[in-house]
Amino acid sequence: MIKRLAKCVREYKKDAILTPVFVIGEVVMEVIIPLLMASLIDNGINAGSMDFVLKMGVILLVCAIISMFFGGIAGRTCAVASAGFAKNLRHDMFYNIQNYAFSNIDKFSTASLVTRLTTDVNNVQQSFMMIIRMAVRSPMMFFFSFIFAFGINAKLASIFLCVVPFLLLGMFLIIRKAHPLFKRVFKTYDKLNSIVEENVRGIRVVKSFNRQNFEINKFQDISGSIYNDFVKAEKTIAFNAPLMQMSVYICTILISWFGAKLVVNSGGTELSTGELMSLFTYTAQLLNSLMFVSMIFVMMTMSKASAERIVEVLDEKSDIAEKENAETLVKDGSIIFDNVDFSYSKNADKLCLDNINISISSGETIGIIGGTGSSKSTLVQLIPRLYDVKNGCVKVGGKDVREYSIEALRNEVAMVLQKNVLFSGTIKDNLRWGKEDATDEEIIKACSLACADEFIEKFPDKYDTYIEQGGANVSGGQKQRLCIARALLKKPKILILDDSTSAVDTATDAKIRKAFREEIPETTKIIIAQRISSVLDADRIIVLDDGKISAVGNHNYLLETSCIYKEVYESQMKGGDDNG
Amino acid sequence: MADEKTRQMPPMGGPGRRGGMVAKPDVKINKDTVKRLFRYFSEYKFHLVFVMIFIILSAVASVASSLFLETLIDDYITPMLFPNSSVTFTDLFVALCKIGILYVCGALAGLLYNRIMSNVSQGILKKIRDRMFAHMQTLPIKYFDAHNFGDTMSFYTNDTDAIRQMISQSVPQAMSSLVTIVSIFFSMLRQSVWLTLFVVVFLFAITRIIGFIGKKSGTYFMKQQRSVASVNSFIEEMINGQRVVKVFCHEDENKTEFDKRNDELCHNMTTANTYGNIVGPIMNNMGYILYLALAVLGGVLAIKGVTNLTLFGFDDKAITLGTIASFLTMSRNFVMPISHISQQINAISMALAGAERIFTLIDEESEADEGYVTLVNAKTDKDGNITESEERTGEWAWKHPHGDGTVTYTPLKGDIVLDDVDFAYVEDKTVLHNVSLYAQPGQKVAFVGATGAGKTTITNLINRFYDIADGKIRYDGININKIRKADLRRSMGIVLQDVNLFTGTVMDNIRYGKLDATDEECIAAAKLANADGFIRMLPNGYNTVLEGDGSGLSQGQRQLISIARAAVADPPVMILDEATSSIDTRTEAIVQRGMDALMHGRTVFVIAHRLSTVKNSDVIMVLERGRIIERGNHEKLISEKGKYYQLYTGAFELD
Repeated sequence: MIKRLAKCVREYKKDAILTPVFVIGEVVMEVIIPLLMASLIDNGINAGSMDFVLKMGVILLVCAIISMFFGGIAGRTCAVASAGFAKNLRHDMFYNIQNYAFSNIDKFSTASLVTRLTTDVNNVQQSFMMIIRMAVRSPMMFFFSFIFAFGINAKLASIFLCVVPFLLLGMFLIIRKAHPLFKRVFKTYDKLNSIVEENVRGIRVVKSFNRQNFEINKFQDISGSIYNDFVKAEKTIAFNAPLMQMSVYICTILISWFGAKLVVNSGGTELSTGELMSLFTYTAQLLNSLMFVSMIFVMMTMSKASAERIVEVLDEKSDIAEKENAETLVKDGSIIFDNVDFSYSKNADKLCLDNINISISSGETIGIIGGTGSSKSTLVQLIPRLYDVKNGCVKVGGKDVREYSIEALRNEVAMVLQKNVLFSGTIKDNLRWGKEDATDEEIIKACSLACADEFIEKFPDKYDTYIEQGGANVSGGQKQRLCIARALLKKPKILILDDSTSAVDTATDAKIRKAFREEIPETTKIIIAQRISSVLDADRIIVLDDGKISAVGNHNYLLETSCIYKEVYESQMKGGDDNG
Repeated sequence: MADEKTRQMPPMGGPGRRGGMVAKPDVKINKDTVKRLFRYFSEYKFHLVFVMIFIILSAVASVASSLFLETLIDDYITPMLFPNSSVTFTDLFVALCKIGILYVCGALAGLLYNRIMSNVSQGILKKIRDRMFAHMQTLPIKYFDAHNFGDTMSFYTNDTDAIRQMISQSVPQAMSSLVTIVSIFFSMLRQSVWLTLFVVVFLFAITRIIGFIGKKSGTYFMKQQRSVASVNSFIEEMINGQRVVKVFCHEDENKTEFDKRNDELCHNMTTANTYGNIVGPIMNNMGYILYLALAVLGGVLAIKGVTNLTLFGFDDKAITLGTIASFLTMSRNFVMPISHISQQINAISMALAGAERIFTLIDEESEADEGYVTLVNAKTDKDGNITESEERTGEWAWKHPHGDGTVTYTPLKGDIVLDDVDFAYVEDKTVLHNVSLYAQPGQKVAFVGATGAGKTTITNLINRFYDIADGKIRYDGININKIRKADLRRSMGIVLQDVNLFTGTVMDNIRYGKLDATDEECIAAAKLANADGFIRMLPNGYNTVLEGDGSGLSQGQRQLISIARAAVADPPVMILDEATSSIDTRTEAIVQRGMDALMHGRTVFVIAHRLSTVKNSDVIMVLERGRIIERGNHEKLISEKGKYYQLYTGAFELD
């Protein structure tokens, strides 16, 4: 996992490596400085030598400046490396997601993809920053302090060796106890968040069923368990600081006692008072660095989950691979389904599409009708290769769709999705998704085909009207017509409308179909609809039932032969929805 | 705005959006916010007294620890180096024991205050969260219209988290640093006023530098937050529209745009973090420089023999070497807590900004409810007199207390009258004009009209999600303003087009309509809604756990569950707002038959796009721009050849 993430450092490798190098420089200075200070006290102030104080002072000043320099540079390179790393992570994830097939997107929910790209990257970035700065700094600090302390007096320094194991053991026990508690707290946090989310979104439901108190109780149960777990975890963590202090204090007292003996007994030859003072400084540095190591450890385990979630996105291979030397020319708009089986999950017992065979010639208009869950959308999604078939093959222009380059295929097969989206930007911006360099005339032409021109003209800013995110400021019917116009701009050989006129009134719906018939006769048109009037005048209508083709034929033929079709027709005609 | 169906909520990054990517730094400190936050502490006065004592103890122990080192050298080791000194190792041992006891006390105090603090901070957080959530439940729907979903979420995540950080870490840390600073300051004054003065001046200079850097980093931090928002909103929009992106082969354009925003974020983040990262080393090394400046200055003073000034007045003699040495150590211990405090300031101001936002939520005015008419179980005797009953009778009545002390009971029938109602969501933008209508018990009343015509608005007024500006709404002859909101809403069931399900089993979700419903009642309701079939196909049937708003189900299935949920509540009035819009016509017909059977003898309001859904209604109201322009049953409206006729024949567009 770490290897995979490390690949994303790339051009920031230099900074990522330089950071610890500079940090080491800073650490070395920070370890030398106490020694110099000891000397300043011993040989300068205690000896009353102002010259020495000044000389030492200059050296100290230089050291401090070098240390500040290293520290500053390390701060800079660390910022560059970590921000760059995060940038690359987002870049790689976003690029990979762009290559996902529909089935890959199904696997992750969109909400989870967004969290992975935002919160998870943030967590990993924080850890990365800690690692390149602290993970080097702390062990180095420990190491150098230890060496220098040993250099001053090995016997006294061995006191550390007695205390450190206890400290380590203590920290280990604390983390082992607190870690699961924190993990549980974070899970409970997620639950709390989802309750808030559900309540904010569903406030009308809560209020109309008078479930305020019910929800408040539910919330308080969870906030109560957060309280309990958090207090438990924090009370365990509370041992950390005193444990640390106790270790420092014990070292101080032991060093005071044995140090004093050593100084007095040797008359200051084996150990000077100044040296004794720097030993105390090293005590603090040494034990503190251990503390940091434990903190880094905790940080890393916390961001481990985020890192895993990121790697999942990065490692996900698109289920649809493009063939090498793929065909880029789609000859015509003919479609053949040849013994096609399909299911969304690889080992499902039940097929979503079961042995589909149909041949559609170029320029034909095909209607598809069927109940909820009869796999209408699934069927048409195979044509632009949004999913790959399980068995059999789908041919467009006489060639298996897998032979084409994906871009070429999808440029010729325009699809208006059932759950369609407009993006923030002007109407023109949105329409140009279909054709980047479309002229104003082309745009107006497409809009008039989709009967969108009439309402666009009524907007004060016409084609420059700003569409808010998700198309919030246009009505459902207007949105659908804009989406159709967007698809038409591609001038495709095949046009698929997946329940795309459900919010458009029947008269306009008929007008759009008439325009299709007259203006783009050579384009193959496939229309999925709930409304029977939308498919009534199609050349052929496919009746799907439970993933199988139940009947094919024109309206009159089906009315006589297909009982499903007849039932749907009668339910709507009796309801009186359509005289379209 | 008028119709909640068209309002899009910004997509949300799933549960658990911790990590302060969206927190906005706000440096202004509002005194009222601090005061209010303090009020939350008042419950823990007792705890806090102890915390304060323990913090002082612990800080004193650590100050004593650094001072002790000087004593060790000046009073014990140095004298002992001279032969015949009166100081012995026994004295040292006693001194070490004394300081050891102080250490143990200090460490214990540290442990205790941390543990007490965890109770205090988590207790306060729980209180804030509970308060916030409970208050949110009382807010009018208007509030939710006006406030972005993501913002409301961040009150519970980022803002509460910032407060936690402050209470459990920053405040104790700052307090303990403050105690340390004060005690070291006095120790320094005791040693030498001159040197202390120097330290103060030097530190003042340092804080100016830090302040300058802080300001710089603040500006870039703001820039960073803006680019974060820009990247995040792009991610949210594009990931949500990913399927469209694929269909249009728009991947490359997306990548280019993303890189542009991502690079800008990287740039601003680098600059902001650089400033943030260099504060530590500067502070730290300035401490060293202070140290050596003190050594030089002290040395000069000592050698020149300048008379020392201490807290207790002028010493006779000049600064001693011991004084300088101990002063040096103290200066180290003086800088450290100051840099600690400077690190906490950002966290504290972020927490206060968060607290301020939370308090604005808590200050939002609750939904007013001056209703006094309540809904009670009733019994009717042979003479037709209604009496209140303790147990469930299946019969309901409005209990109406009057000014003169008498109480009247009106049977609940579902008779609804709107009399000349005007309404505006936003002042001066009236969406309903002079709407009058009568719905008699057992009638099916339908609303037809374009988006924004006011269909949903009317139903929102009947259950008082909003209050009318002018006119009257009567329910069984009682002005609905007099009815307690809870009871009013209890008497009607609502099924909305946008279905909201809750985390829990399918059974739990159906039971949401009536908390004491048995499993059999729930299943019967599901059968009625034609949901039983697909529910049984789910992995665990009725016990299948739904998560994330029932994300595994299709829109049509979710609508069926929500119909079952309303059916189990068995209300006398039912509002169906595009309740079957995502269900295919064949299934809809089946559901319709079930609903008609259920609602026999009750009032139903139906809003539907498909005219087939409303055709068999007793009354159809055609709305246009907040006015009822046509009313009557299907045949009548067709014969009038008005707007309805146009709609029906497809000559006019609905949406």
